[in-house]
Amino acid sequence: MKIRLNNREQEFSSDSITVTEMLELKKFTFRMRIVKVNGILIPKEKYDSAIINDGDDVQMIYLMSGG
Amino acid sequence: MSFSEVRAHLGKFRVGIAGAGGLGSNCAVALARCGVGTLVISDFDVIEPANLNRQYFFSDQIGMLKTEALKENIHRINAEVVVIVHQKRLDPSNIPEIFSGCNIIVEAFDLADMKEMLIETVQMKMPGTPVIVGSGMAGWGKSENIKYRKIDDTLYVCGDETSEVSELLPPLAPRVAMVANMQANVVIEILMGIN
Repeated sequence: MKIRLNNREQEFSSDSITVTEMLELKKFTFRMRIVKVNGILIPKEKYDSAIINDGDDVQMIYLMSGG
Repeated sequence: MSFSEVRAHLGKFRVGIAGAGGLGSNCAVALARCGVGTLVISDFDVIEPANLNRQYFFSDQIGMLKTEALKENIHRINAEVVVIVHQKRLDPSNIPEIFSGCNIIVEAFDLADMKEMLIETVQMKMPGTPVIVGSGMAGWGKSENIKYRKIDDTLYVCGDETSEVSELLPPLAPRVAMVANMQANVVIEILMGIN
């Protein structure tokens, strides 16, 4: 399937994946982040159950300490 | 549009600032100079000497509550700004109440887990309220990496999204203030677009 990840096209071999699987496949290791799928915020406790499907628009923000 | 017209327009709005450290103090001052009508500022900390390398406070304010000192500094710049302060540790239960009525909320925390908590809370409990996030500003140089991204109408991020503060990569005035002023610039852009 193909999705948009931070405005770039990304291809995955399976038809759908969870947010957790996407983070593992992309090797995103940042501890803190915000994930939105099609404009809907996915809270951390739902990363294992929230499904990303073909054509979805996924946006991620990486949160770094400092301010 | 003249500055007096800009100021008259911005005077109608209320902006929330979550945290009065490096990001919050600098962002609040920029918004006050432009004439944003009401600033709601929340922080529970007192000013320490180490804060003065980047935060908009003065050495004779060490030991004061950041909220009270910032209110004082803002009023020395622009006495017309209404400043509402809350000495509270923000959590998902008090955020909607503290920032109720705010047109925009500026995320100005230090710790990444607090940033995450604030964004999740506003996005889920205050739908439609834009959050302006600051993420990635430690160290010096690399001005070209500091950027602004609009995720959607309710979520914007300023910073390099990479540089995390550590013992060897401290936050310093230039990059912190760059991000804080970028956040203020996004706030002004959104408010100027509201009729």
